[in-house]
Amino acid sequence: MAEKTRKQEFFKGLWGENPITRQLLGLCSVLAVSNAVINGLAMGLAVTFVLIFSSLIVSLIRKIVPNQVRIASFIVIIATFVTIADRTLAAYFPHLSKAMGPYVPLIVVNCIILGRAEAFASKNKVSRSVIDALGMSGGYFLTILLMGLIRELLGNRTILGYPILGKWFSPWVVMLLPPGAFIMLGLIIAISNVIDFKIKERQKRV
Amino acid sequence: MNLLVIFISAVLINNFVFYYFLGLCPYLGVSRKLGPSISMGMAVTFVLSLTAVASWIINHWILLPYGLDYLQIVSFILVIAALVQLVEMFIRKVSPPLYQAMGIYLPLITTNCVIMGLALLAALKNYNFIETVVFGVSAGIGFTLAIVLMAAIREQLDLADVPRPLRGAGIALITAGIISLAFMGFSGIIK
Repeated sequence: MAEKTRKQEFFKGLWGENPITRQLLGLCSVLAVSNAVINGLAMGLAVTFVLIFSSLIVSLIRKIVPNQVRIASFIVIIATFVTIADRTLAAYFPHLSKAMGPYVPLIVVNCIILGRAEAFASKNKVSRSVIDALGMSGGYFLTILLMGLIRELLGNRTILGYPILGKWFSPWVVMLLPPGAFIMLGLIIAISNVIDFKIKERQKRV
Repeated sequence: MNLLVIFISAVLINNFVFYYFLGLCPYLGVSRKLGPSISMGMAVTFVLSLTAVASWIINHWILLPYGLDYLQIVSFILVIAALVQLVEMFIRKVSPPLYQAMGIYLPLITTNCVIMGLALLAALKNYNFIETVVFGVSAGIGFTLAIVLMAAIREQLDLADVPRPLRGAGIALITAGIISLAFMGFSGIIK
């Protein structure tokens, strides 16, 4: 594979290799906490924090760690940052932390983070790994935010708690429940596929 | 009675896949064919039961008495990783056919959110030992039920003419959504 420029390295996470719509990684948290925009925001920030710092550390120590124990050490590094994120949330935003339940600690087994550590950060230079982490977490962030916006708007008529749609719109309660999450994500993936097909067709014509 | 409530709620009402969204990676990845999905379900149930025991012991005998509960995340993940490794070695030694059937799924299970989720949820809900074990076993049965249902539907879907953008993950997620909708019908069983 040809060496990518830094810009490409960043943008591939947002679209071409978006962790959620393309790689289908880390779906649990996206589905579970996207029932309100604020939860999605917090989750997105937590994942961004953990992904960037664990990529940084993994990439820094990539030459010291013996190959056989690399996965175990990646997991410990990730778990450390997840603990930091979890405790910080619990200390400063107890309500939010309660609303997200076990999903913040569950970032530790989120495949995106271990996946990037194993597939990218353990093989690449520090700066490149951080850019990759930024792009990947950006892709995660945007998708969970989009899910949160649609689900809160349709399910509760609000965005971030502010009423947007008037009384004429009867809320689709199912959007706040698990089935709504599954169906919405399925549709988002389908729509992103449609856009992708269009882009590829255009490139073929050029 | 309480144990029955935990069982029914973990299998049907608060099913790990449809309610907590845990274990979606293997759920979408391995649910293409009926056979492998049954093996996967069995492997997950097995590891879940063991994890339930191990995490309870760690949590109640080591972490809580010494006020170390902030180490929950790190210690649970390490215990799970070690446990899965041990189970894999043990099965390979004792029963090669069983290893053939579920061996490849075991390493995948380590980073499976179902297992970690179980340890965290059981700690969160403050279950006692017996309750935790029942919770673990029934969560595994619930997962198996979910993945077998899904595989049965997806085998049929292969023959259907699905619109191109929806093929693969899209239709799988929407199917999961519809099954989840059906499972919500159970929510009246326990008030």
